[in-house]
Amino acid sequence: MTLPRTADNMLLAEAGEGTRVQLQGIVKSYAGNTVLHGVDLDIEPGEFVSLLGPSGCGKTTLLRVLAGLEIADRGVVLLGGGDVSRVPTNKRDIGMVFQSYSLFPHLRVVDNTAFGLRRRGVSRADASKRSLDALALVGLADFADRFPHQLSGGQQQRVALARALVTEPKVLLLDEPLSALDAKVRVQLRDEIRRIQLRLGITTVFVTHDQEEALAVSDRIAVMNSGGIEQIGSPEQLYTSPATAGVAAFVGLSSVVSGVADGDHVTVWGQRLPLQTPADGPVDVYIRPENVRFAGEADAATDALVEESTFLGSMRRTLVRTESGELIRLQHAPGIQPAFGDRVRIALAPEPVAVHPRG
Amino acid sequence: MNPLAPSRATRWIIGVLVGAFFAIPLLATFLYTVKMNDGTYSLQRWASLFDPAMASTLKPIWTGLGNSLLLAVITVAIVLFVLAPTMILVNLRFAKLRPVFEFAALLPISIPAIVLVVGLAPIYLQIGRTLGTGAWTLSFAYGVTVLPFAYRSIQASIDAVDIRTLAEAARSLGASWTTVVLQVLAPNLRQGLLAASLISVAVVLGEFTIASILNRPVFQTAMVVVQKQDGYLPAIFTLLALLFCFILLLVIGRVARGTGKARS
Repeated sequence: MTLPRTADNMLLAEAGEGTRVQLQGIVKSYAGNTVLHGVDLDIEPGEFVSLLGPSGCGKTTLLRVLAGLEIADRGVVLLGGGDVSRVPTNKRDIGMVFQSYSLFPHLRVVDNTAFGLRRRGVSRADASKRSLDALALVGLADFADRFPHQLSGGQQQRVALARALVTEPKVLLLDEPLSALDAKVRVQLRDEIRRIQLRLGITTVFVTHDQEEALAVSDRIAVMNSGGIEQIGSPEQLYTSPATAGVAAFVGLSSVVSGVADGDHVTVWGQRLPLQTPADGPVDVYIRPENVRFAGEADAATDALVEESTFLGSMRRTLVRTESGELIRLQHAPGIQPAFGDRVRIALAPEPVAVHPRG
Repeated sequence: MNPLAPSRATRWIIGVLVGAFFAIPLLATFLYTVKMNDGTYSLQRWASLFDPAMASTLKPIWTGLGNSLLLAVITVAIVLFVLAPTMILVNLRFAKLRPVFEFAALLPISIPAIVLVVGLAPIYLQIGRTLGTGAWTLSFAYGVTVLPFAYRSIQASIDAVDIRTLAEAARSLGASWTTVVLQVLAPNLRQGLLAASLISVAVVLGEFTIASILNRPVFQTAMVVVQKQDGYLPAIFTLLALLFCFILLLVIGRVARGTGKARS
């Protein structure tokens, strides 16, 4: 997709620096069931932060509190330093894209996009022009006169994105906007959202349960579990240095093996590996698939039986079971094609690993 | 073609039988109004509607018809401005109340009108004292009797649209609740609202028991009055009322189809 030149596009010409978003001590309960336990989150202006976690972890509720669609029992929501905790949704100056298709079925695409501008008192002609600018930004200027049901799912979400951006909101909220789309469109739109966000510099909060999505587009990711944030950091930090077992399990694929730590190193299958953070005693070691390889007879390694092997195009992922019963995933070149029941030897790359005391 | 669908011949037979079920009584009523005592056919009785000499005989019907049309307008207003917003509110904000609300809304269909009047009579005594005994006050009772029919029509539309997401999307774009209801939800619930309005008009024009027992002159009670003087006039007005409802149905159907065409 070619983005329109800045000089021609009012939306891009007026791109700003973004707004700081702060959530402080957010508590939310439903019928005695607490779904958010005092969540704190500070998002820098122009930052793209993903809320990542399994179903029911509270990520959507947190986004809805930020949007004003739910009122927190306790805690403060600050947009640009101003307290908006009690400000209704329609006065918060936000843009939101929903999981389900939310375009107004009775309005043409251009009227959908102009809806927010008209509510802000922008004249019909000006609203139309700016709507076309926003549609050009998502590559749908030629679809302005169509009705939503005449568009594909991906196109509808792109219009929803244009509609959310055209009012130049303080913050863009994305509530799993890609989850109803097929895999290819999903990746395209994901990248498109990130490109547009970078060009406009708008602060963005993205809710997803797909760790690959979060890793691909975020400046920072907040991994949520049981109504709290377990860890927040850059995708690299989360992937290489997970703070908890939950984060390690949720972000990327990890295999868990037993090891014995002695300060800066841990011993696994007779191999000594450096530790990310010092530890002592029996530990669970989190091993990424790309850090496991097939080994020769001479290497310090362990024997395993192949359980399954999946072709993934540019690589192959194989699941093996060690003699001690641990299931290990390894990633390797597609040319090696192990079959079910094959006996193999596997070894670990000497990369720093994350461990947690065995509980 | 759907292999489970009935054959063309079966469809024709069903169509003819159902058509006959409705058409034969109407045809018989029409023949009753045009067949003269000497066995000939004439539209003389229909023409008498415009005869100045019949004015005093017809006066109760015109009065009753006027009252019924006013009642229809007020009842439709109750459906559109009280019931529909309440249903939207319940579906959006108080989903747990929906079964209770549905039960309450459907209750009038299970209570015979005569029983309903027993309960309404003392209330109307008070209404008479405070608001007068005008026929329009019946609209409160009619608002209750049309509840089950209007509720089902509107709820079917609500179930077909994701009103929560539409409302939240509109709110996030800066819309007030009034704008959400009038400019976003109402156009998408249009068919249900139209159907509810039509059914309300039909129920009000056909209602007799409540108006008769509460002694309010409406179209149906006026026909009973006139029948004592002329047995043919009520039959003529019944056919005219049915024709009116039929035209109303066609207009609403056309409007709904027009909306569909605009979208496609």
